[in-house]
Amino acid sequence: MKRYEQFPHTADIGVRVYGKDPKELFENAAFAMFDIIADLENLSGDTVEDFELEAPDREALLVAWLDELLYNFYTKQLIFYKFQIEELTGTRLKARATGRPVGANRNRLKTEIKAATYSGLKIKASDGACEVEIIFDV
Amino acid sequence: MPVLQGQWERLDQFRWKIPKSSKAGMRVDGVIYASEEMMKDIASDKALEQVANVAFLPGIVKYSLAMPDIHWGYGAPIGGVGAFDIDDGGVIAPGFVGYDIGCGVRLTRTNLHEDDVLPKLADLVNVLYNDIPAGVGSTGDIEVSAKDERKLLVEGAAWVVGRGYGVREDLEYTEDRGAMKGASPDAVSDRAYQRGRNQSGTLGSGNHFIEVQVIDEIYDEAAADVFGIEKGLVTLMIHSGSRGLGYQVCDEYSKEMIRCLAKYNINVPDRQLACAPVNSGEGKAYLGAMKCAANYAWANRQCIMHLARHAFEKVFHAGPKDLGMDLIYDVAHNIAKIEKHEIDKKERTLCVHRKGATRALPPGHPDLPAKYSKIGQPVIIPGDMGRNSYLLVGTKKAEETFYSTCHGAGRRLSRTAAISACRGRSIAAELKSKGILVMSSGRETLAEEAPEAYKDVKQVVGVVDGAGISKKVCRMRPMGVIKG
Repeated sequence: MKRYEQFPHTADIGVRVYGKDPKELFENAAFAMFDIIADLENLSGDTVEDFELEAPDREALLVAWLDELLYNFYTKQLIFYKFQIEELTGTRLKARATGRPVGANRNRLKTEIKAATYSGLKIKASDGACEVEIIFDV
Repeated sequence: MPVLQGQWERLDQFRWKIPKSSKAGMRVDGVIYASEEMMKDIASDKALEQVANVAFLPGIVKYSLAMPDIHWGYGAPIGGVGAFDIDDGGVIAPGFVGYDIGCGVRLTRTNLHEDDVLPKLADLVNVLYNDIPAGVGSTGDIEVSAKDERKLLVEGAAWVVGRGYGVREDLEYTEDRGAMKGASPDAVSDRAYQRGRNQSGTLGSGNHFIEVQVIDEIYDEAAADVFGIEKGLVTLMIHSGSRGLGYQVCDEYSKEMIRCLAKYNINVPDRQLACAPVNSGEGKAYLGAMKCAANYAWANRQCIMHLARHAFEKVFHAGPKDLGMDLIYDVAHNIAKIEKHEIDKKERTLCVHRKGATRALPPGHPDLPAKYSKIGQPVIIPGDMGRNSYLLVGTKKAEETFYSTCHGAGRRLSRTAAISACRGRSIAAELKSKGILVMSSGRETLAEEAPEAYKDVKQVVGVVDGAGISKKVCRMRPMGVIKG
């Protein structure tokens, strides 16, 4: 199954993310974001960061998750490429992300994402499939 | 996916109305400045719906406005202007300022003519590219300690000028002298400080740029004389913002404001428009933090200009006096400001949001530098990298827009559409054949920022000039461009 696709958005970048369940949706959303930020092809590395986040609802939690990863990318200079959601409720998540220091990989960087926005954000879930559209400010 | 299809009406040659009856919850009408031709493009995505959504916000005065460079953003449209009466429950919305708080443009003149620069243009573009850090998450050599960072956030451009990055006179020609009063560094989180660390004097990425230009048309000789410019003279334009610090401030306060919606019983159709009354604790805290980020942005552009002046000195083996690189003006286009406006013959205190819109003060306004009192505030409108940019001035007529005007060309194509339109082409080579040298740090930046991805800025400027909300002074043509 396709993990995500970009949809046309005039000023910013819009992605439609897919997942078989909310956990996979959150993982694929993070992958989509870093796939836009950097060239992830054949990237490897074993720097691991663990996350525990809370938010008022699942949409806000998704934004919090993406923004937390962005914050870590910019301040710790880590390109993340693998994501594992260990626990996910409507308001809380536990996750692990694996990445590699930007260091000599600076030439892999493509796009500066400023933030994941709440604009029009709505997670759609039905049997065996989840979907969400996210607009990133770039 | 056009929305509000057919639900707008023509007011006059340059103005269109979205009646408040078109969407339940709108408190006022929407008014868009555009030509008939531009309206077709504008109506093709969700930009008009975003104009309508802004009209939901409490305390909004007169109308939800959009400038002719309006395009689909998040929350509010880019090109949106909204004024909220702070004594009537008026709100402040982080999403209506945007993530890049204080983003703006500055323009300097030079004593150089096109012929002086042409033989050294390649050198100049190279040195600018090398000396000014650009690109994703770029950091620079300007180190600011944690203690000094707080001073920088309060004093803005003045603080970096005090450290040798420019001259006192630069402050005279910067909006608010490069620092909004009432900035509160305590309202800025450690994480925001962390994200902005060592980013002073860095350009960033995306549509941020440094451009060497030549003036190729003068429309208003008298104003041009005041600016000390003439046809054939070279100018330098800088577009950048508050970097990671501003993004983090917006991010954190947007989250906080979502909680305020229930607390203050505010109904918004898009959570990206989450807001709080200006006079609430949350509203005041955001405003204090937003001012810090705006001051950071002014300091950042001041540092970039300083580095650029040095680059010119190196390349032309000339001193500051010979080069005459005086700042014409610096103005922000993503900001909220508390301003006094006369509404129905009564002075009211408004929180004016401009997101991708520029303040444009009329002649005689007390906040203008003395030198510009007769001509009005300079308004700097960058175009795309293949076409022109413009310098305009504010007018009395712009009281109808809370003294606001457009901010740029406005995108027409999404980035993905631009990249696919440019597949197999070299944008750098195409521009070079037109005599424009371009360098970029981002791999896909040139395709994303290709001229055809933008509306023709000539049309945008034509509307604001035609509608009388600002007045053309001169036009610039790009010679060398450095993109983030």
